[in-house]
Amino acid sequence: MSVLRGIGKIPGQIASWLGERFELEDSVLAVLRHPVPRELERPVGWWYVFGSATLAVFVVQVATGVGLAMTYVPAPNSAYDSLQFISHDATLGAVVRGIHYFGAGAMVVLVLIHMTQVYLFGAFKFPREANWLSGSLLLLAVLAMAFTGQLLRWDQDAFWSIVVAAEQAAQAPLIGDWLAHLVVAGANVGGATLTRFYATHVFLIPAATFGLIGIHLYLVVKRGISEPPVAGVGVDRRTYRRRYEEILGRGIPFWPDAAWRDAAISAVVVVIVVVLAALIGAPALGRAPDPTVVIADPRPDWYFLGYFALLALIPPATEAIVIIGLPLLAFVFLFLVPIFWPDGERHWSRRPVAIAAVALPFIAYASLTVAGLQSPWVPLLEGANLPTSVTAGLEPQAARGAQLFTAKSCWACHQIDGSGGRKGPDLSHVAARLTRERLVARIAGGGGGMPAFAGSLAPQELDDLTTFLFTRK
Amino acid sequence: MSPLDRRTFLSRITVALSVFIAGLVGVPILGNLLAPLFRAPPDGFVEVAKVADFALGVTKLVSIRDQSPLAWAGQTADTALWVRRREDAGPQMFQVFNVNCTHLGCPVNWQASAKIFLCPCHGGVYYADGTVAGGPPPRPLFEREWQVSGDRLLVRQQPLPTVKQG
Repeated sequence: MSVLRGIGKIPGQIASWLGERFELEDSVLAVLRHPVPRELERPVGWWYVFGSATLAVFVVQVATGVGLAMTYVPAPNSAYDSLQFISHDATLGAVVRGIHYFGAGAMVVLVLIHMTQVYLFGAFKFPREANWLSGSLLLLAVLAMAFTGQLLRWDQDAFWSIVVAAEQAAQAPLIGDWLAHLVVAGANVGGATLTRFYATHVFLIPAATFGLIGIHLYLVVKRGISEPPVAGVGVDRRTYRRRYEEILGRGIPFWPDAAWRDAAISAVVVVIVVVLAALIGAPALGRAPDPTVVIADPRPDWYFLGYFALLALIPPATEAIVIIGLPLLAFVFLFLVPIFWPDGERHWSRRPVAIAAVALPFIAYASLTVAGLQSPWVPLLEGANLPTSVTAGLEPQAARGAQLFTAKSCWACHQIDGSGGRKGPDLSHVAARLTRERLVARIAGGGGGMPAFAGSLAPQELDDLTTFLFTRK
Repeated sequence: MSPLDRRTFLSRITVALSVFIAGLVGVPILGNLLAPLFRAPPDGFVEVAKVADFALGVTKLVSIRDQSPLAWAGQTADTALWVRRREDAGPQMFQVFNVNCTHLGCPVNWQASAKIFLCPCHGGVYYADGTVAGGPPPRPLFEREWQVSGDRLLVRQQPLPTVKQG
């Protein structure tokens, strides 16, 4: 028995030996036990967990990323095959890829929740401005990771996304050409492009992220966790530090009094990510990338869909400005927030403008995301077919017209009874609102975004087509 | 001028040496990274196909291959082009279009029956001759220089971005 008891003591002895040799009591443990405001014991403490949850998912991303890099081949002639292998043949490969995919979405969501909480709690104010600035750079890093990661999927849509990215970058004033060449690493998307994106995604941005996380955490500990705001009690730069020291005097140690909530939320988030990965999995790969196949629908993952929709919906003339200008403006504004408003009221209930500054972009972006999901501006290029409910019982001439409706690509942009593209007006009841003459003039002469079909429709065909459309009352 | 004390001198030497080390290593790394920016863009003509492969009045998708691709470039060494045969011979014989939409660069699709190019991204539409028929494109499809050499059609190579070229 005493032998067993002796063996049972060994882990504790190793721990105390390590603790003594590394002087952990004075370093790591002292940092972990740094005092935080006592209010964090109350339910309001649940608002302070999102930074840690983001960090937890970041660790998950690093681990799964290393796992994927063991198999992924970052060469244009092999990347797609290696991803197919990961997704279908490698043991648990699909799950690891799924975790990495949902982890990326979780990073974007958690970083935004974290920033929103910090902003609404006024925690970015004096003396924590630098926390906010380093956090803004981390947001940039997270978005850059999300973007470069999507392109590593290297299917047809990813390939064309790089082309589109280069073309968009080229629209930037002055440095446009330079940027475009930097994006594709040469004159065209080619052998050098994918390895650059890969190195950027797995070395460059993660290295910067590690450094920024170090700075961010250093500042979190050095400046201390902000006390929950109290309406009417603002930040006064002359007295704040003294007041905060008093708060910490009655504080509680971060470890374990506050840390357990971070662990709890992190566990919930990681469980969600893993369950989604196991049940749904990462998005299926599209067609193999082939620049000589022009069927492509390059669209980003869901968190960038709003921006994608915005570019589709604004007047084309403003695009060159909006493409680069809007993100730039957003980040410059983000950086200026603690510089412009370093003191004063912290509580969100006394900062209606701050609430609007959060709510309006969120509502706008959510609406744009819905628009991006529906993408009514996208013409349908494949699967042209009218339902039998439309074509059944048509006179011979109208039936010929119905065939022309799909053959001449009318279907690509116009819907009839729910079938067809939505770029142009719905033609389900077009005869009820246009005269036959107007209809003919519109098809032949185009206008308002519609091409003129006079050159590609014979008079008889035009007559057939209008006869068909005139059955749509 | 105050004399330099020993510690200030040593501090400056230390910083200077560190900067020197960074520069020594940084110059070749940066040079290697930025090299693609300064490489001459591809120019000159490459062969597309036999002239006889293009029927009069037909618009056809073809691809050209980068003349000196990296060994691992795979399909990315290929570039697609739309070739339209307008006439039997002469300077109006061909129109060679970049597949990239002039709006944001997505690949346009030729709808042979409707005789229009359709862009799948935002619904840009062009007529057979590349002029804008509708949608957001600000200008006609970009055309490439071509020449006929013997019985072959050649086109000029071109770098991205296509949006800055005419």
